[in-house]
Amino acid sequence: MARNFRTPLKNVRYLGSAKEGADHFILQRLTGMSNAVLAVFLVWLVASIAGANHASAKALVANPFVAMGLLLLILSGTIHMRLGMQTIIEDYVHNEGPKLAALALNTFFAILVALACVFSVMKLSFGA
Amino acid sequence: MAQPNRAQPQRERPLSPHLQVYRPLINMVMSIFHRITGVALYVGTILLAWWLAALASGPTYFAYVSDLFGSLPGRIILLGYTWVLMHHMLGGLRHFVWDTGYGYDLATVDKLSWGSIIGSLGLTGIIWFLATR
Repeated sequence: MARNFRTPLKNVRYLGSAKEGADHFILQRLTGMSNAVLAVFLVWLVASIAGANHASAKALVANPFVAMGLLLLILSGTIHMRLGMQTIIEDYVHNEGPKLAALALNTFFAILVALACVFSVMKLSFGA
Repeated sequence: MAQPNRAQPQRERPLSPHLQVYRPLINMVMSIFHRITGVALYVGTILLAWWLAALASGPTYFAYVSDLFGSLPGRIILLGYTWVLMHHMLGGLRHFVWDTGYGYDLATVDKLSWGSIIGSLGLTGIIWFLATR
């Protein structure tokens, strides 16, 4: 691939604004705020369950408030981490093909983790 | 995407130097740590998913996973995860201060940077003291 030393600014000048990007920044900050609160909740939860038997651990997670806290944490956390990893990929992976593949895998990973966690919490809450 | 004009011969332009030419400063090290801890937390969500799935799957498998997390290597990983979480959280709060437009003078930057590493170690210690008490 030919080396291109034109600055990104040179390539995009006069093409108009991207009309997006601020939403990425804002959502990263918004989920960062909620994560800071929910991290305290996670630490409390893990510390409370550490070493507990299955029945009491299950009862705690099945509690509606604990379950909702976990669901909030999963939602907020996976959105935040997907945005963060997207920034890292865009910083370091410059070839279009590998970059698109990495960005797709990043989204798939975030959704997979979120779904596995949400399904487990729902099963613990609603399941017999 | 706009492509550069290939007909013109490309002349190699100078690039700005990267990290290795700078003496490491605490705010730079903390910035790098913030990114690394973010990646660690990203990978570490597998642990949370695994643990929740184990809890949902039943007593036998949960006991097995619980023993793994309770073993010495498991505890070391969880201790590391606690520190990484606290460090990334404090780093994020530091960025919130900067987002307001304040705290950019060098003395404050240094204080915030040292504060986040000392604070993260302190919080990790407190959490583990309370959790294992």
